[in-house]
Amino acid sequence: MSEPIIRFDKVEKSFGAFNVLKDLDFEVAKGEKVTIIGPSGSGKSTVLRILMTLEDVTSGVVYVGGQPLWHEKKGERLVPASEAHLRKMRTQLGMVFQSFNLFPHMTVLRNLTEAPRVVLGLSKVAAKERADELLELVGLTEHAHKFPNQLSGGQQQRVGIARALAMRPKVMLFDEPTSALDPELVGEVLNVIRHLAEAHDLTMLMVTHEMRFAREISDRVCFFDQGRIREQGTPDEIFGNPKEKRTQQFLRAVTEAD
Amino acid sequence: MLFGLHWDTSHGELAFAVSILPMLLIGMWVTIEASILGFFVAMVIGLGLAVLKGARLRIVRWPAMFVTEFIRDTPLLVQLFFLYYVLPDYGIVLPAFLTGALALGIQYSAYMSEVYRAGIEAVDHGQIEAAKALDLPGRRTFTHIVLPQAVPRVVPALGNYMVSIMKDVPVLSVVTVLEMLNVAKIIGDQTFDYLVPLSMVGGLYMILTLIASGIVRWVDVKLPKRGLALR
Amino acid sequence: MTWTQYLGPLSQGAWVTVQLTFWSTILGAFLSFAAGIGKLSPVRGVRWLSITYIEVFRGTSLLVQLFWLYFALPIMGDAIGINLRLPPVAAGVLALGLNIGAYGAEVVRGAIQAVSKQQYEAAKAMNFTYRHTLWRVALPQAIPEMMPSFSNLAVQNLKDTALASLISLGDLAFKAEQLRNYYQDSTTVYTIVLLMYFGMALVLSVLMRLLEANVGRWRGARR
Repeated sequence: MSEPIIRFDKVEKSFGAFNVLKDLDFEVAKGEKVTIIGPSGSGKSTVLRILMTLEDVTSGVVYVGGQPLWHEKKGERLVPASEAHLRKMRTQLGMVFQSFNLFPHMTVLRNLTEAPRVVLGLSKVAAKERADELLELVGLTEHAHKFPNQLSGGQQQRVGIARALAMRPKVMLFDEPTSALDPELVGEVLNVIRHLAEAHDLTMLMVTHEMRFAREISDRVCFFDQGRIREQGTPDEIFGNPKEKRTQQFLRAVTEAD
Repeated sequence: MLFGLHWDTSHGELAFAVSILPMLLIGMWVTIEASILGFFVAMVIGLGLAVLKGARLRIVRWPAMFVTEFIRDTPLLVQLFFLYYVLPDYGIVLPAFLTGALALGIQYSAYMSEVYRAGIEAVDHGQIEAAKALDLPGRRTFTHIVLPQAVPRVVPALGNYMVSIMKDVPVLSVVTVLEMLNVAKIIGDQTFDYLVPLSMVGGLYMILTLIASGIVRWVDVKLPKRGLALR
Repeated sequence: MTWTQYLGPLSQGAWVTVQLTFWSTILGAFLSFAAGIGKLSPVRGVRWLSITYIEVFRGTSLLVQLFWLYFALPIMGDAIGINLRLPPVAAGVLALGLNIGAYGAEVVRGAIQAVSKQQYEAAKAMNFTYRHTLWRVALPQAIPEMMPSFSNLAVQNLKDTALASLISLGDLAFKAEQLRNYYQDSTTVYTIVLLMYFGMALVLSVLMRLLEANVGRWRGARR
């Protein structure tokens, strides 16, 4: 098997005395669509935030594309990464946030062109072309010149997805992309993500509470509990025939709530 | 010579500084006195303005609002001159120090009236509704429900104005009040050395405001955030 | 002598006050951003310089600062052999600008820190540099938040210009004092002068509100 695009090697993460991730080993293959489910506080969002370099690791090593993310090789030793290294590594990752986090003072178009222009150095025309394509993909072409607060939550999140894609990342991280949405707006966002999942070379890692959706699009589902992967497998294995008692309890609780 | 004390200009800067320090400290005491008196005047007039601005009658409310705005938008220096030169025309003759403290008090009353209002308005409206539901009389609602909760918000803001007043006291030098800056200026005029006394006043001011802000912060921390406890 | 005859000299003084206010506010605004951003700088030297400036000018009195620049600075210049004698206008603009800038710096710092953490995270996820995050993400969102405080500071600065009359700058307060001295008609002179300051403050407030509406246009956009 080829080198996984993401690999967590004995990763620990603590906030003060609280261990969010404990001795985590975790891999994602290139092109794989992986969904992380689990109770709140189980550390599932932290996995994404570490990958996006929003949180560092307490110990252990995270590899992205075969290279350590939070460390640099100095001879044989691994030393904490410099900002330059982190900047280089970040280009491979894109993130969609729970609360969208669009830039409120920029138009939709500007939200999409800003980073490609200043970070990737694209020309104005090229960035605009790329943005137009993505806006068509998420079905918001006619909203290009509006400000985020003129859009519905679902539309804003679709812009959020397009904005992350504009950087052409290899890995897309979705951090509960529909949790902040009114129920009737969830579908439009999931449709866009479903569409993306059909692209075979894009690696997707998603934290979500939408169990039916997770079952539908994932290659693999991981059940996180207390900072560890308690159980993982194909959607059918996890949802159809969970082995662990904690998984069964969790799934029963969320399906009852549905 | 000032306050019966002599300065030493013939043994270098340090001896000069040491010799004028007592004079500056006498001036500093005047600064503190003027600040405290001005502060109390501002608290009283400010409260009056706040009450008038909260009046139900427009004919009371609007003039009070205008007066507040007018005071806030005109310079302390000109207000001070106004009081100093105009009051005697109407037979009111006050010593310079009192005129100065009154001017400080009037200027800051406008700011403080806003603090009172903001503090009272910050009390959750649900609290007043709850008091109404319990049939508490209006006056008791104000003294026992609103006021204890407003005080912790109001006091630190008032304290910060105390520090501001201190920094405005040097303006009183124009009507001959011998506060710290005026003392330094007189020493400079007589010895032709402004650098030492004025720098010392700067340093003393830093110390004074640091201590005053420290006290304000200490009071802020000590005040119970949920309101004064009634047992 | 009727009150209308005071208006000529007082208008001259008012014009000086307007100019003083304008230039010192410009200087103050520049210093506000420099020191406010500097206080949050990752470079320790810049941070310390900004903090020292802010603390010294907020910790002492404006009139002390003005007198120091006008009376004490030349003596310090003589001691080290440089001519630091400032004309009254320069000393006035400098003292007012430095003073208001120190207060403005705290406004700028506060507003930048009030930009939500999520915005900084989004900027990081988009791989923006520190500088780009500051200029294109944080400041455009922070500036509209600063405007009400800036408006108050501008009026404060207008009022503070009256102190410049004490270093013989011919502003409105100075002209007033001259007229009072000459005609001994304090009530009329000072009433007019107070009204003139009040009028200028109102105009300044309106101007600042227009500016506020302008920098915050994106916030007004609604569906």
